[in-house]
Amino acid sequence: MERSFEQYFRQNRLPHLWCPGCGNGIATKAIVQAIEKKGLDRDKTIIVSGIGCSSRASGYMDFDTLHTAHGRAIPFATGIKLANPELNVVVITGDGDCTAIGGNHFIHGCRRNVDLTVVLFNNNIYGMTGGQASPMTPTGKKATTAPYGAVDPTFDACKLAEAAGATYVARSTAYHVQHLTDMIANGFDNKGFSFIEAMVQCPTAYGRKNKMSDPVELMKWMRDNAVMKAAWDKLPEDKKVGDKFPIGLLYQDTEVDYATAYEHVIEVAGGAGK
Amino acid sequence: MNSEITLKLPRCKGCGICVAFCPKQVLGLSELGKVVILKADDCIACGQCELRCPDYAIFVDKKVAK
Ligand SMILES: Cc1ncc(C[n+]2csc(CCOP(=O)(O)OP(=O)(O)O)c2C)c(N)n1
Ligand code: SF4
Ligand code: SF4
Ligand code: SF4
Ligand SMILES: [Mg+2]
Repeated sequence: MERSFEQYFRQNRLPHLWCPGCGNGIATKAIVQAIEKKGLDRDKTIIVSGIGCSSRASGYMDFDTLHTAHGRAIPFATGIKLANPELNVVVITGDGDCTAIGGNHFIHGCRRNVDLTVVLFNNNIYGMTGGQASPMTPTGKKATTAPYGAVDPTFDACKLAEAAGATYVARSTAYHVQHLTDMIANGFDNKGFSFIEAMVQCPTAYGRKNKMSDPVELMKWMRDNAVMKAAWDKLPEDKKVGDKFPIGLLYQDTEVDYATAYEHVIEVAGGAGK
Repeated sequence: MNSEITLKLPRCKGCGICVAFCPKQVLGLSELGKVVILKADDCIACGQCELRCPDYAIFVDKKVAK
């Protein structure tokens, strides 16, 4: 039986260009299934992406889509949301796109609590350009620019989002597909900046450099190291070691979103000629 | 056979993810690097292969009794 999610893909663009076993295809499917689950109107849903392998996702999705400049997806998305607050604006970004070149846009998007749903495809590397280290390459892991292992401490993008003012912060992985879909779907319910980190495997750039070029190995690593938030909170500190990391809803808050705050200013200033 | 496996072979890139996560070793890879069904009768229609295929190339439905 033909799957209903196929309607959200530009069929003439498939198969996609991602490498065999790349996790981006899984995360993209999770987004469209989350959209379907929440019944978002396709004509009122915009997909905005930056630059990178991950950001190519927008080109396969049958919505109004915008493939923007490296690191700049969040500013473009902010403009769209402010011009037309009734749209659902989804941002697809990579770890380099979001936390390196786009790092400042990311924190200010969070700070303003713009009503966006931002999905970061975290493959721990610059995939598209051949495997340079990103701010989310784990310390000690190899990249073309870190042949002896990354020296820099790693950004935890979820903690960063929370500290900067995002009002929904969650993490999941390409192994936990249904959970990832739920984390994204619940993000749509939040009227404010929703941030979902989707861990995805990059067998080609990250895997090859780190002796895990088989996508199956990378997915087993996710399976074996992800710990559901409730269990993570009960884990003694000395057990939160090695590669273990929490997944699930990590933080939630209610704050006025940017478009609503702006609407208030427009009113006080005498209206925008509507 | 209680399940029906549908393949969209032009999409398959032979990554082996479906093969590895199938609990019943139903699937394999051909010499040409495409998924093949080795033991259709053993399929329990759990959907693990479909769930994680990055290329939307394999689909499994439970067969409804006619
Ligand atoms: C202004 C600018 N600087 C640099 C580049 C080159 N560039 C393209 S993609 C990329 C990194 C992408 O990494 P990430 O966001 O993690 O995406 P991935 O490919 O890993 O999914 C870089 C540096 C660019 N396209 N534009
Ligand atoms: S380089 Fe990595 S992220 Fe890019 S398509 Fe290949 S596997 Fe995916
Ligand atoms: S997971 Fe999909 S792309 Fe990979 S071998 Fe199986 S059917 Fe082919
Ligand atoms: S549905 Fe389950 S048992 Fe059947 S081929 Fe897929 S993974 Fe194997
Ligand atoms: Mg990356």
